[in-house]
Amino acid sequence: MKRSRIAWAIASKDLRIELRSRIVANQILPFAAVIMVLFAFALDSDSVLQRVAPGLVWMATLFSMIVLVQRSYAIETEDGAFDLLRLSGLDPIGVFWGKTLALVVQLLLLEILLVATAILLYNTTVSGAWIGGIGFLGSGWVLLVTTLITATFGLAAVGTLYGGLAAGFSGRETLLPLLVLPVVSPVVIGATRAMESAFGTAGAVVSEGWSWTGLLLVFAVAFGVGGSLAYGPLIEE
Amino acid sequence: MLGVLAIIATAWLVAFGLGFSPADRDQEESVRILYVHVPTIWVAYVAFILTAVASGTYLFSKKHSLGFDRFAGASAELGVLFVGLTLIVGALWGRLTWGVFWQWDARLTTTALLFVTYIGYLAVRRLGGDPHQRARRSAVMGLLSVLLIPLVHWSVRLWRSLHQDATVLRPDGQVKMDGLMLFSLFVGVVAFSLIYAWLVIHRTRVLWMEDHESEYGLEAAVEQRRAEALETPSSNSTGGKTDG
Repeated sequence: MKRSRIAWAIASKDLRIELRSRIVANQILPFAAVIMVLFAFALDSDSVLQRVAPGLVWMATLFSMIVLVQRSYAIETEDGAFDLLRLSGLDPIGVFWGKTLALVVQLLLLEILLVATAILLYNTTVSGAWIGGIGFLGSGWVLLVTTLITATFGLAAVGTLYGGLAAGFSGRETLLPLLVLPVVSPVVIGATRAMESAFGTAGAVVSEGWSWTGLLLVFAVAFGVGGSLAYGPLIEE
Repeated sequence: MLGVLAIIATAWLVAFGLGFSPADRDQEESVRILYVHVPTIWVAYVAFILTAVASGTYLFSKKHSLGFDRFAGASAELGVLFVGLTLIVGALWGRLTWGVFWQWDARLTTTALLFVTYIGYLAVRRLGGDPHQRARRSAVMGLLSVLLIPLVHWSVRLWRSLHQDATVLRPDGQVKMDGLMLFSLFVGVVAFSLIYAWLVIHRTRVLWMEDHESEYGLEAAVEQRRAEALETPSSNSTGGKTDG
């Protein structure tokens, strides 16, 4: 089977399971929304919330991402499906990209929800008009969408890689955050700064944000390639 | 032998670091922390590089010798130990010279993330499974961690360069380094390198024994039980012969 076909089959399998079980919709998305509300309680100031909204969006994304990755491998290990997947002789690179793509879709949904929450609850706005007015690249919306997509690919690749490593071992729930959170620190830095530019937080302008998406892109490529190479040796045991 | 050398070098370091080397003009006595702070991070970096080299050698060599894996593990453990020392000593020094324990400086932040990353690596080593599974998993992790370090460093540098308020705080505020100070620092590097070499050899050996024990320990115990059961009860009273 061709690599892209494998990836597609795995991704659609994962997404179909999520669509039917509704664990993501009924548990993980509300969890993320609760985090955003709790941040507001903890910081308790409209101006502070507006200032740190981009950072909070990404922190909430990371916490929810840990749960999403665990869920992504729970559906594999529960019925021993992961062992069968390993025994099936499918190309591990295809499997890696399949699981990554499914995570990308779920993470994007999550991030859209979180951005909407930030706009609604924290009173932030996206700077610039929809496309047009001040030019295509000058629009905060274009920057925002680019940031979400590049950051998400990096996060999903890391999540798939380390989730696969921890899957099937006792203590994986506690190991995963320890492994994933330090690794994604460049994404937190880059994505937060880029989103600050898109939101116009503290006078940040949109043009500054584009250099940060460069960092996000490098990270996504590094872990896309690194993950493709490392996934096979990590799960084939 | 190496242990004796390490002890001698440490005594030298104490003599030069605390005695012979002069106090700094600005930092006065607190500059002596330098002789621990710099050598430990230097040795830690060497330790992590050696972990990566040993991981790569295990993964890409035909023999897949477990010795490289145990060395990688031992080296990473010591690297974590030394980075921990650097961070603790550095925080104390920072309190004395900057007035705060921690600055969100690019180098400090990278070092902290390095510390956490290798704690994660050590956690992965303890996941269990047979030695070759562990070795392959840790080797991949060791190489991934090395991929990560430049990325983290680059992003943290970018982060700080955009947000830094004018001054870049450097731990060594002095202009030039005194000759005797430089020599003391050199003694420090030698001392900590010897300590590392000594510990890494013994740690690798202990890891070998642990593997050996888990591999043959059970069999040996079963054999012994069987032998005991076959013996007549009267000759079974010696005791203390268990060597699991």
